Amino acid sequence: MHEMGIAQQLVQIAIDSIPEDIENPKVEKLNLKIGKLASVVEHSLTFCFEIITKDTPLENARLDIDFIPVMVHCKSCDNEWEVTGPVFKCPFCEDGDVEMLTGREIEITSLELAD
Amino acid sequence: MEINIQKRVLEANETEADKNRKFFKDKNVFVVNMMSSPGSGKTETLCKTLVKLMPDIRVGVIVGDICTTNDADRLEVTGAKVTQINTDQFGGDCHLAANLIIDSAKQLGCDDLDLLIVENIGNLVCPAEFDIGEDARAVVLSVTEGEDKPLKYPLMFRVADVAILNKIDLLPYLDFDAKLVVDNMKQVHPHLPVFEISAKTEEGFEPWLEWLKIKVFEKTGR
Ligand SMILES: Nc1nc2c(ncn2[C@@H]2O[C@H](COP(=O)(O)OP(=O)(O)OP(=O)(O)O)[C@@H](O)[C@H]2O)c(=O)[nH]1
Ligand SMILES: [Mg+2]
Ligand SMILES: [Zn+2]
Repeated sequence: MHEMGIAQQLVQIAIDSIPEDIENPKVEKLNLKIGKLASVVEHSLTFCFEIITKDTPLENARLDIDFIPVMVHCKSCDNEWEVTGPVFKCPFCEDGDVEMLTGREIEITSLELAD
Repeated sequence: MEINIQKRVLEANETEADKNRKFFKDKNVFVVNMMSSPGSGKTETLCKTLVKLMPDIRVGVIVGDICTTNDADRLEVTGAKVTQINTDQFGGDCHLAANLIIDSAKQLGCDDLDLLIVENIGNLVCPAEFDIGEDARAVVLSVTEGEDKPLKYPLMFRVADVAILNKIDLLPYLDFDAKLVVDNMKQVHPHLPVFEISAKTEEGFEPWLEWLKIKVFEKTGR
């Protein structure tokens, strides 16, 4: 689907973040935060990432993904809870207006360079 | 050595979407991003909607497809201003990204529009992830797709501001439980407005048109 585009953005952001004064940088790991509701399929992302990082400082870098739980808040009764399936209905007041707090992230938190 | 980054990967798209939103605000036009899986009836629903809204509400359409101008040709017949985006020039993307919208919007000329509808590429997954600077997101689901779709594609129904259940003229021929699918939509998104329509017979259009008119008025004052 759109994992190729996401992989390209990842690579772009990572390359732009490597300090220019480092000679022959080699990235060992990219640390990512991905919300459980974000439409990103891990193996597709890894696959696209491997293809486009050939012959770049990111070749063979690992993607370390921290999956972020879906946390929601009911604006009507002020409760907060974690949603683990597709159901967002408020279990406390049944009829509340529910907003998402976390779970849609697609973020790059840091990268690790080889010494 | 660890280098701290903390960046949203889709930030480039978000920046473009914000620019679009500002452009649409300056032009005082209400923008709807219409999404569904392939063939749910986005184009057919739009064709009927446009005819019923015009000329009171001046409508333009940007239609996205990977290939062909079939949908633009169908929509142009209504007399609305229409422009087509084909993503195959951009690698056959499965969604419209924010940067593709602005050129089409300018080409269309938004000065004399009250409502701009973007028919996104048929896909229930990717378009939900990409903000294009719209004011409202509409998802279309048809009765031949199964009652469980809202539960299988929760992000799409979460981000939607309104849902259309289309092809209800086919209900007598199917074992499809319309009440169950609406319940499933509300499980994912409590209070989501859902309109049950047939783009073929034009049944059920009034509440949907009313919703659109109110939204256009709330933004544009017209
Ligand atoms: N019976 C019936 N058929 C419909 C209805 N709405 C659309 N169709 C038919 O469903 C098919 C797909 O409709 P489109 O409007 O092209 O669907 P779409 O969502 O725009 O499709 P893509 O743009 O290709 O994703 C066409 O053959 C339509 O004539 C409806 O309410 N009832
Ligand atoms: Mg279409
Ligand atoms: Zn509640």
